[in-house]
Amino acid sequence: MAAIRLQGLRKRFAPDALPALDDVSLSVEAGEVFGIVGRSGAGKSTLIRCVNLLERPDAGTVQVLGQDVLALDDAALRQARRGMGMVFQHFNLHARRTVAENVAFPLEIAGVPRAGRAARVAELLPLVGLEAKRDAYPAQLSGGQKQRVGIARALASKPRILLCDEATSALDPETTAEILALIRDLRARLDLTVLLITHEMGVVKSVCDRVAVMEAGRVIEEGRVFDVFTRPAQPTTRRFVAEVIGHSVPEGTVARLPAARDGEARRLVQVLFAGPNSTRAVVSEASRDFGVDMNIVSGRVDEIAGEPFGVMALAAYGAPDRLEASFAWMRSLGLTVTEIEG
Amino acid sequence: MNVLTPAMQDLLLESFWETVIMVGASAGIAVAFGLPLALLLHVTAPGGLSPNGWINRPLGLIVNAARSTPFIILMVAIVPFTRLVAGTSIGTGAAIVPLALAATAFLARLFENALREVDRGVIEAARAMGASRLQIVAKVLVPEALPGLIAAVTVALVSLVGFSAMAGAVGGGGLGDLGIRFGYQRFMPEVMATVVILLILFVQGLQSLGDWLVRRLSRK
Repeated sequence: MAAIRLQGLRKRFAPDALPALDDVSLSVEAGEVFGIVGRSGAGKSTLIRCVNLLERPDAGTVQVLGQDVLALDDAALRQARRGMGMVFQHFNLHARRTVAENVAFPLEIAGVPRAGRAARVAELLPLVGLEAKRDAYPAQLSGGQKQRVGIARALASKPRILLCDEATSALDPETTAEILALIRDLRARLDLTVLLITHEMGVVKSVCDRVAVMEAGRVIEEGRVFDVFTRPAQPTTRRFVAEVIGHSVPEGTVARLPAARDGEARRLVQVLFAGPNSTRAVVSEASRDFGVDMNIVSGRVDEIAGEPFGVMALAAYGAPDRLEASFAWMRSLGLTVTEIEG
Repeated sequence: MNVLTPAMQDLLLESFWETVIMVGASAGIAVAFGLPLALLLHVTAPGGLSPNGWINRPLGLIVNAARSTPFIILMVAIVPFTRLVAGTSIGTGAAIVPLALAATAFLARLFENALREVDRGVIEAARAMGASRLQIVAKVLVPEALPGLIAAVTVALVSLVGFSAMAGAVGGGGLGDLGIRFGYQRFMPEVMATVVILLILFVQGLQSLGDWLVRRLSRK
């Protein structure tokens, strides 16, 4: 069953403004980490706010755990929100409350008695590794520690769903990796469904199972993270993917490559390896069977959503038809071969 | 070199207490009415917790009207109201009414500013957790704004000390009035100097107390 199902969402902040959401439909399955990636202004922030109705869509339906949240009255909506924890980019902690008091806040709101709150805080702080900071104030914490408080607070009322609004965007790369590892770990331990929005494809690569790419209020591409990374269909998606995979070859390198001999051609291509053939010796097989020379200009192997994935840039020399045939053979193995301008 | 006669010393002490009572009582009333007023202005403002122009605009207008009327005029203009509330229109008790009114309007705006300083993100987080509007006001807005609210009270107290000097016009007494009547009208510069020094010390004390409280309460 889908944990979150959004259908035909539309939202416009002013009658003459461009739509923030333009007919968005998404479905997040229970237990998965679903990422929404997009540039600022793409509508992803509005979208995640429509899940707990911090923002009300102009049209469409929002179902959370089978419940039509748009139909709820005020009291029922507040109750439903307790089932959805939210983590924010700027942490949004109470400056005048200690770590323990911040974490206990959602329980205080829900009317949990003091003893119950203390017991739950004592469970939550070790979960995020902050036992030692229980009486510290937010101003005394680092960014990563503040976000750990934010996460513990979001989990206080035992939600089934965690909404992460650019949760790592204010953090340095190392702390980002730590927080993402924590989210992944908590997802597995607490059986959470996570919906996160980010403008960094690296975040998607390291924690998400599925991803939707947003642009101008629409979802332009959606799928398993591995598929989107290895076969991006839209130009925007390709640019996002390129940020992480970095396939571009420096101009100086291209200039230093030897030119093609008479009667031969030089082709500069990028090859993406994924799936079962990613471990085959393609370069040497192609050189032997098609009589072409292949020079590896750059290359790296990575793992996306736990699957091996390789990317390399090749300078290939040979008769034009032989080159074409070797590329066709690579494609038949399931590799993606694209020309690089150079 | 004691240039002040014992009688004058008694008069100074008495006037000082009148000032303390006028300032203290009107500040107390102003906080009691100004905070709810500021909260109402804040939550009904555009983009607030319950935006409502029909409440916000007239209320804002009244507050501004009270703030823009010069205190000496306000004091005379509301004499009928003062008589209704205090039973008389002259004396220290009567002076408290216009002082409290002016301070309420002043504080309402200062409080409103302090409330506006509260991080909107914290309020959004509370909404996301399922907090009701009342809970947001009581558990987020006011506690988070507390250092700013205290700072606003300090500013209001200091202004009230100044306003209270005009209370002599309605027989309110106080240090300012003493300075005018003896120091100025009877050419007694030593009285004027003492009054000014006492007022400076009083204001200084209030400001230091306020600053200390703000420092203690904020956790930045």
